[in-house]
Amino acid sequence: MILLTRRAEFSASHYYWNEAWSAEENTRAFGKCANRNGHGHNYTLEVTVAGEIDPATGFVVDLKQLKDVMEREVVSVFDHRHLNLEVPEFRAMIPTTENIAVAVWRRLQGKIPGKAKLHRVRVYEMENLFADYYGD
Amino acid sequence: MEVVDFGDAIRDGEMRAYLGRRYRLSASHRLFCASLSEAENRSVYGKCANPHGHGHNYTVEVVVGGEIDRETGMVFDLGRLDGSVCREVVEPFDHQNLNTLECFRDVVPTTENLVIEIRRRLEKALPQRLIVQVRVEETSNNFFEYSP
Repeated sequence: MILLTRRAEFSASHYYWNEAWSAEENTRAFGKCANRNGHGHNYTLEVTVAGEIDPATGFVVDLKQLKDVMEREVVSVFDHRHLNLEVPEFRAMIPTTENIAVAVWRRLQGKIPGKAKLHRVRVYEMENLFADYYGD
Repeated sequence: MEVVDFGDAIRDGEMRAYLGRRYRLSASHRLFCASLSEAENRSVYGKCANPHGHGHNYTVEVVVGGEIDRETGMVFDLGRLDGSVCREVVEPFDHQNLNTLECFRDVVPTTENLVIEIRRRLEKALPQRLIVQVRVEETSNNFFEYSP
């Protein structure tokens, strides 16, 4: 089995806030990430698929098609947007790096072209902070 | 063997060197000019004009230059440089929406205007003629430098 990873980038703003908590509780839990004016990041998304090499093409997956799926399902929705205000799943879910990884998985699940299977989604919020989700 | 002539600097016992330091901050912004129509803003700024803003991990690079101090071996006290940059730049801008800040009330918070504002703040806080270069990276593909 081969693992193949495709990388994409998007720039988005967000804030961390739990509506069930007071302002003090939110600030205590999230620090300056609780600023309701928002802040932002250049996110890096890595989508890893697993499969066998097709003997005819030498490919695990058609990379152009994978790129198009990532662009359509994730990047075009998240890029240059405010995650809390403009991405439906983050109306009820705090757009932490962990939750973004889960949201991206759910958007890509079942849409990987050919026989390859979605193996891992990794989201970097910054170069020294990332979250992995394996679909568990 | 190649002989490198440092000229007058080394004969006078001086050596000029440059110290660079990088800082990181995360902020959001929206590029939008109030005097333009929605269509004009969209034409000029593209998706950077999206109404709710977007964000970046900015890298701010500050280069200072001067003579190497004979006792310390340093061009400038790094702790003092860090303190000034954190106080004047990182703390006011990090985890903020740039459009809500007073310094961007009348200018669009493009990274061009951001690098100018950062240099202005640091030149007020640090000794004269110390700063050689300020550079701000907005993404891995875009960076902006200001040397007046």
